[in-house]
Amino acid sequence: MKNVGKQLIWQQYQKEIAEDHFFYVRSCIRQNFFPGAEATFLRILKDVLHKDVYDDPAHTTCTGIGYHTDIIPLETTMTVVARQFALMTEKGYKNFIPSCVTSFGLYLEILESWHNHPEVLNQIRKYLKEATGRTFELPENIVHASDIIYKFRREIASKAKYRLVNQQTGQPLRVVEHIGCHYAKMFPHKSVGGAEFPRVLSGIIEEWGGEVIDYPERRHCCGFGFRQYFIKANRGYTFSSVKKKFDSMHPYSPDLIVTNCPGCNVFLDKGQYVISEQEGIVYGANGYGIPVLTFEELAGLIVGFDPWDIGLQVHQVSVEPLLDKMGVWYEPEKKYRGKNNIPLGQPLQPTVLKTF
Amino acid sequence: MGELFDRLKKDLHYVEGMQACINCGTCTAICPAAEHYDYDPRAIVELVQRGDESELEALLKSDTIWYCGECMSCRTRCPRNNTPGLIIMALRALSQETGYFVESEKGRQQIYLKRTIGHDILKTGYCVYAEGLATTNYPEQGPIWDWRQQHWKEIMDRLGANYQKPGAGAMRRIPDEALNELRAIFEVTGAMNRFEKIENFSREKAQSLGMHWDESLDNEYVQKAYHGSHNNS
Repeated sequence: MKNVGKQLIWQQYQKEIAEDHFFYVRSCIRQNFFPGAEATFLRILKDVLHKDVYDDPAHTTCTGIGYHTDIIPLETTMTVVARQFALMTEKGYKNFIPSCVTSFGLYLEILESWHNHPEVLNQIRKYLKEATGRTFELPENIVHASDIIYKFRREIASKAKYRLVNQQTGQPLRVVEHIGCHYAKMFPHKSVGGAEFPRVLSGIIEEWGGEVIDYPERRHCCGFGFRQYFIKANRGYTFSSVKKKFDSMHPYSPDLIVTNCPGCNVFLDKGQYVISEQEGIVYGANGYGIPVLTFEELAGLIVGFDPWDIGLQVHQVSVEPLLDKMGVWYEPEKKYRGKNNIPLGQPLQPTVLKTF
Repeated sequence: MGELFDRLKKDLHYVEGMQACINCGTCTAICPAAEHYDYDPRAIVELVQRGDESELEALLKSDTIWYCGECMSCRTRCPRNNTPGLIIMALRALSQETGYFVESEKGRQQIYLKRTIGHDILKTGYCVYAEGLATTNYPEQGPIWDWRQQHWKEIMDRLGANYQKPGAGAMRRIPDEALNELRAIFEVTGAMNRFEKIENFSREKAQSLGMHWDESLDNEYVQKAYHGSHNNS
């Protein structure tokens, strides 16, 4: 096939994703809000795909949320990022994968600044040496964790126990993909597919049998806005953004929303509760919401991990309507159990939004 | 041009974000903050491009620079490769360095962010440490969050986290050596200095307003910054 027109344009949005040997850095939001998601990602990499991935106990926050709430100067964030690269270098790795989309964008931004201003990179090397005694190499390959799942989507599909297909009708499930702003909007050429039509999640969804919904506000921000959510007085910004997105996607009747950014997942999940309490509106069928899964959770579900092992019970919107459509086997009575099957009571029901 | 502009133009965010603006308004059309607030990133870029020192000073003292959510949607669309979101970051840095941030309601919110996110980073190594974060302050997190807070450790253990333990894993206890290095980086690179400025300027403002001030999150000044929303439109 000749590389002309759209083929040529698409070629510009391909990116190199390393095959193996990854240095993994965790997301503060994901660890707090979906602690099972990162464990699921590592389980898939190690046990399903048989890859080498290193999870260093000594790495820290990249300071991303502090940086984007503007309390942390750029030089500080750059030096903390340099420390993460130093840990990678010391452990002999060259392929760097952040779990967090804010971090991913930040790493790309910093690498670009260092490329454009080598004197800044030199200064940061001095800062890091002075503060920690460490030195570092730049990563050879830096991709987001969702890029890894995209790269191996066919291998995962070949080992899948379930597909994104309605078991009763045989029809593909209708899926909204929500890409975190900092995945592709800052550096489109560093994403899979660019900012307008990123393929990182849509490629996964289609490979696993689902149908991707294109809706008007598909690329609108989730509304997190850093200081806009953390300060109570500003939260109208966040939840008006969430409502705008749900009002826009609602006519297309999504069965599922998939996110690659941990913050977006919080706001698209919890935002449905907020809108139901404030406006009396529920966007899913039969009084339930539209389930919102992270890409790791979806991959775990597809390969047959127990839904409660991967943490689907910590979402506010119940996932059972999705599990039933896909034909996923689960034990309802074990949803709110702790380790060793210890009962942990039950969360209260919201006023409007129905939950299991 | 004057001293404020001289300082602004040295900021790498400004250098990277400001090329030459043609005032097309594409950034404003795509901006989530412009949908929600009386906010126009095009006008901000135009103002800094114009170079009027007194206009810049007024901007640094205003709520306007605090409306942006730093989603960077503007960067994707600008036909001239400007990034209003990065210019905003440079303006916010300058507003904090000069102390002008305490002259606006939205700017005064920085003390809350410093005392939560800033403290979490240095104390735990995480930007956000959500154990104990209650729905009284974060009611949007819903009843599932109350359940999670009641059984925080048990749920962490159930989902394979390495909660507060040494070694790798989610929500592990980040080693003291790593936290010491983080603190040293903050000292060397200016974050502690910025923290001190946020504290000092905020304290002086609280005193000038006759508001109660202490080192907690519960004092009158910080609470008003967290809850006050007179300028949301």
